[in-house]
Amino acid sequence: MSDHHHDHDHDHQPGEHVAPLTETQLRVRALESLLVDKGLVDPAALDALIDTYETKVGPRNGARIVARAWVDPAYKKRLLEDATGAIAEFGFIGRQGEDLVVLENTQHVHNLVVCTLCSCYPWPVLGLPPVWYKSAPYRSRAVIDPRGVLREMGLAVKDEVEVRVWDSTAELRYLVLPERPEGTEALSEEELATLVTRDAMIGVAKVAAPARGGR
Amino acid sequence: MNGVHDLGGMHGFGPVEVERDEPVFHAEWEGKAFALTLASGFLGRWNIDMSRSAREQMPAAEYLMTTYYEHWLFGLRKLLVDQGLVTARELATGRPESRAQERRMLKAADVPTALRNRRAARLDDDVPPKFGPGDRVVARDLNPVGHTRLPRYARGRTGVIDRDHGVFIFADTNASGLGKTPQHVYSVRFAARDLWGPQASPRDSVYLDLWDDHLDAA
Repeated sequence: MSDHHHDHDHDHQPGEHVAPLTETQLRVRALESLLVDKGLVDPAALDALIDTYETKVGPRNGARIVARAWVDPAYKKRLLEDATGAIAEFGFIGRQGEDLVVLENTQHVHNLVVCTLCSCYPWPVLGLPPVWYKSAPYRSRAVIDPRGVLREMGLAVKDEVEVRVWDSTAELRYLVLPERPEGTEALSEEELATLVTRDAMIGVAKVAAPARGGR
Repeated sequence: MNGVHDLGGMHGFGPVEVERDEPVFHAEWEGKAFALTLASGFLGRWNIDMSRSAREQMPAAEYLMTTYYEHWLFGLRKLLVDQGLVTARELATGRPESRAQERRMLKAADVPTALRNRRAARLDDDVPPKFGPGDRVVARDLNPVGHTRLPRYARGRTGVIDRDHGVFIFADTNASGLGKTPQHVYSVRFAARDLWGPQASPRDSVYLDLWDDHLDAA
């Protein structure tokens, strides 16, 4: 179990102390029942929406795009010129990904994505954003101190590398194409996709070579 | 509005805390707040810019003391009442006083299609761009009480048009029901030192997506 400080209202064992419902939990329950009773929302649609983003749409989608771009130069060219079209080839389209832009990280340029005003994020390829991405520390600091934020998150960017921060202030959604790690020449596209992390596609990490790489 | 949501460049919020193996939703109510917001949005009574604007109107101290989906819940409750789908009394009591005649209610079977449909933020309107790549521009010093997508940290600063993304709905007017005001959106590159002074790296830059009505020629 991860050590985080958010509410839990699941996984309680019988006999375990169960905290009383918070005001927020009560509010959400009351609102759901009101909207269902009024005929404004269908409870089955709520379940379908939750299930979509819990199990179907997530960063594995983006990882497939990255792996394809690493092995197929023609695809990479299409991806950098028309990300929305190239990503739609995989069937990844729709909400919060209507207009996508892919940013290529190289040994000279490091791109980093933020939304200082809210939480804009490319849902069809990364799913819903993690809490830290939506949090005040990241939103406030990514634009004024990107190198400090990256260092804290475990990525030291060399002084000679140019850092470009992309603040998602309109309806464009950004996906970072990380550098392919060295020593992965023998890996298949599918194997490469397993290396690609969500954080690398936001630009707060690099993709690491597999521990037992075939150099 | 010059709200607390406009966080770029502020100090004092501490380090970025990353949670390992983070779940998509941390509690059942978070998933429900998310799904209720999306499902209600499909009723078509408001647009995404109104939705963002509603969340920004949460009182500043409360915004900072609450979590992300609590912001969503605040915005949804406000929109439901403001747009007449629910009365304030129904919200307070939880008891429906009338049944809605909504033909647009999102059904479970329609969820996959609904999520894949392209909402039209991009427009086909034939509007000429005011600027082109390489043009030097200055972000206007706007301080509207309503919604704007021009963050405070860029206002009055000079940048360069990096690329033209085409014609889009203008969020600032669309959020107040004042129309789509079709116009070009550009990636505008601001040198980090032009935003933050000599403490910033001379190599670094921040790119913002700004509309024609946010910009003047420099």
